[in-house]
Amino acid sequence: MSLEKTPRQNILIQGGRVIDPSSKIDRPADVLILDGKIAAVDDPGKIPASKAQKVIDAKGCWVLPGLIDVHVHLREPGLEYKETIETGTRAAAAGGFTSVACMANTQPVNDSPYITAFIREKAKATASCRVFPIGAVTKGLKGEELAEIGGMIAEGAFALSDDGMPVMNSYLMRKAMDYAKAFGVPIISHAEDLNLVGQGVMNEGALSNELGLRGIPAAAEEILVAREVALSRLTKCPVHIAHISTREGLEHVRRAREDGLPVTAEASPHHLELTEEAVRGYNTNFKMAPALRSEKDVEALRKALSEGLIDVIATDHAPHALVDKAVEFDHAMNGIIGLQTAVPVTLSLVHQGIVSPARWVESLSRSPAKLLNLDLGTLKVGRPGDVTVLDPDAKWVLTDDQILSKSHNSPFLNWEMRGKIKATIVDGRQVF
Amino acid sequence: MTTKAAFKVGEKFFGSPAKRLKPGFISAAELSAEEIRYLLDAAKAFAGPVAKGETIPLLSGKTIVNLFFENSTRTRSSFEMATRRLGGAAMNFAASTSSVAKGETLIDTAKNLEAMKPHCLIVRHASAGSPYFLASQVDIPVVNAGDGFHEHPTQAMLDVFTMEEKLGTVKGKRVVILGDIAHSRVARSNIYLLKKMGASVAVCAPPTLLPPHPETFGVDFAYRPEELLPEADVVMALRVQLERQNRMQLPSIAEYSRFWGLNLERAKKLKKGAIILHPGPVNRGVELDTEVADGPDSVILDQVYFGVIVRMAILAHVVNPQGLKDWLKK
Repeated sequence: MSLEKTPRQNILIQGGRVIDPSSKIDRPADVLILDGKIAAVDDPGKIPASKAQKVIDAKGCWVLPGLIDVHVHLREPGLEYKETIETGTRAAAAGGFTSVACMANTQPVNDSPYITAFIREKAKATASCRVFPIGAVTKGLKGEELAEIGGMIAEGAFALSDDGMPVMNSYLMRKAMDYAKAFGVPIISHAEDLNLVGQGVMNEGALSNELGLRGIPAAAEEILVAREVALSRLTKCPVHIAHISTREGLEHVRRAREDGLPVTAEASPHHLELTEEAVRGYNTNFKMAPALRSEKDVEALRKALSEGLIDVIATDHAPHALVDKAVEFDHAMNGIIGLQTAVPVTLSLVHQGIVSPARWVESLSRSPAKLLNLDLGTLKVGRPGDVTVLDPDAKWVLTDDQILSKSHNSPFLNWEMRGKIKATIVDGRQVF
Repeated sequence: MTTKAAFKVGEKFFGSPAKRLKPGFISAAELSAEEIRYLLDAAKAFAGPVAKGETIPLLSGKTIVNLFFENSTRTRSSFEMATRRLGGAAMNFAASTSSVAKGETLIDTAKNLEAMKPHCLIVRHASAGSPYFLASQVDIPVVNAGDGFHEHPTQAMLDVFTMEEKLGTVKGKRVVILGDIAHSRVARSNIYLLKKMGASVAVCAPPTLLPPHPETFGVDFAYRPEELLPEADVVMALRVQLERQNRMQLPSIAEYSRFWGLNLERAKKLKKGAIILHPGPVNRGVELDTEVADGPDSVILDQVYFGVIVRMAILAHVVNPQGLKDWLKK
């Protein structure tokens, strides 16, 4: 149910393990939400149930700050046949997300205050979670002139990105970074050199040779990550590298961090879980930009996530209808849905001991909140009552009929998952 | 909904569960040496009757559809001839004269054709993997007549057949493939088949027209033909796709011809008895000079002739496998 139609309740979440890296908490505790705010986090049994209208039994579960996904395509306005704000956020709530940030590549593009306002209004009326619009960097994502950045931010945009259509003109990107500083928002870069990408449709290497598909070299990402780092050094503007996918790209982020630059990075669940091998068979649900990479890249990504070099996990939820995907591999659109599978797919890294529970939670809560300058992603008393309750051990298989997105382009269909969302609470309202 | 094998997140994932092939002929990489031998021997058995003008009625009553999304005269005619020599009926469906030009999707086209109840689809398409996609959507066998840069397995079969006819065997022979390797499905299929049959393969192209990691094919490579020609038993010159070239890959066709074209002077470097193949159509004066294309070492027209009987063997095997077995026993 939408946020607006879901009644706000005073909720007590009992008996779970609370993990909140922002307060350095990882222990059994109960959480009380009063009037849409976190009212108390206390030892088990200390908070009397009489304080709440509703009690959620979280035995065996993890109680987490509401999860935040900074990279989602909700497709509205203009591409409602793929997804709407209503269906996309319903999938988000089911996937444990209490907030999503939606990319600007709608039709028309979110490059003006009017579109930003439309998204906010539509979200207010239909969304099941908080929606934070991301404005375009350039008008029409064309990479030619600056979008109406100030106006969009005044209407509620929280970041800027030409995601999917990287700004290839370095002068323009420099000016965008300079300009964005006046409004205190980060620029999110889809870092791929489009000339080097060319007509490529998968990672370049032995497998692309074998499959006869045009390859995209890792250098296409490395070049643009290096450029964004250089421009951040020049402008001091915060830059966030979206869905980083290569070991080489990561090394540039590492260098930027060592130099104290405001550069952050995200990885998507599919880049943390799948390799290019999945493309064998030409299944278009394994086609996305950036492409799935090699095993060495996946290993580097996982290590970087555990170290915090990759700050954020973000889905790049990209719904595409069958007409966009049930075609030749060359012609299929890039992208896959991810909101309902992000938690179990990345939780497997915790189960395997690769990433600590606290780091994993942080990458899905406090780190994305910090990126967008939000007071969310924390269970500190007085903060908004956004909480995700997760049973980390529940096993389930993702079947087609469970998908809440309008589009069903998941690479994880029929996969056995471990980790199931038990409740999603936004502003004291249980939306899932 | 159908339940396929469940994969566990966190376990290593080996490829997508693509529907495995029904009878069909899509990739040389998937053939075993035994299968290749069986089909080459079957083609050889057809040679006598075909030379006498006989029809071998293994496809009588069957309709074979040529579904070509790219222009082709040679390959399509060869399949058509093979179908007729087996007593079958060939139907041609050229994308340019069909509703594909109106934006009909590949699935729709294939499903519509399948609804007319043919017995086999022969497909050529500019996108790699399209035959797999089609095979997963229709219930009749699919034969790959070339998909993007991926494979052209019937061409490679006829190439190997030609080499065997001329050299006795390909085992231990040195085969040099010269031309645009990066964008060649003929090169890929030949590499797979030749290696399985015991040949040693080397490829040669301007570095911009070699695949990014040529060594991953398990072949030798050189940038200049002079390095490879003296040791070759077979030179296969590939067509330079004039329509596909752009000046970022090659300064000019003239420059290609000057440094990589097989002209008389370069052909003189070949061993005695070496043969020259080309999958056609030849750009005379570009990758092959006329004197070489029409010279005594050229087996280009033999390839065309053998192409028909090799495709006969493949079609009979795919559409009427038991019939072929029984015929071969006779």
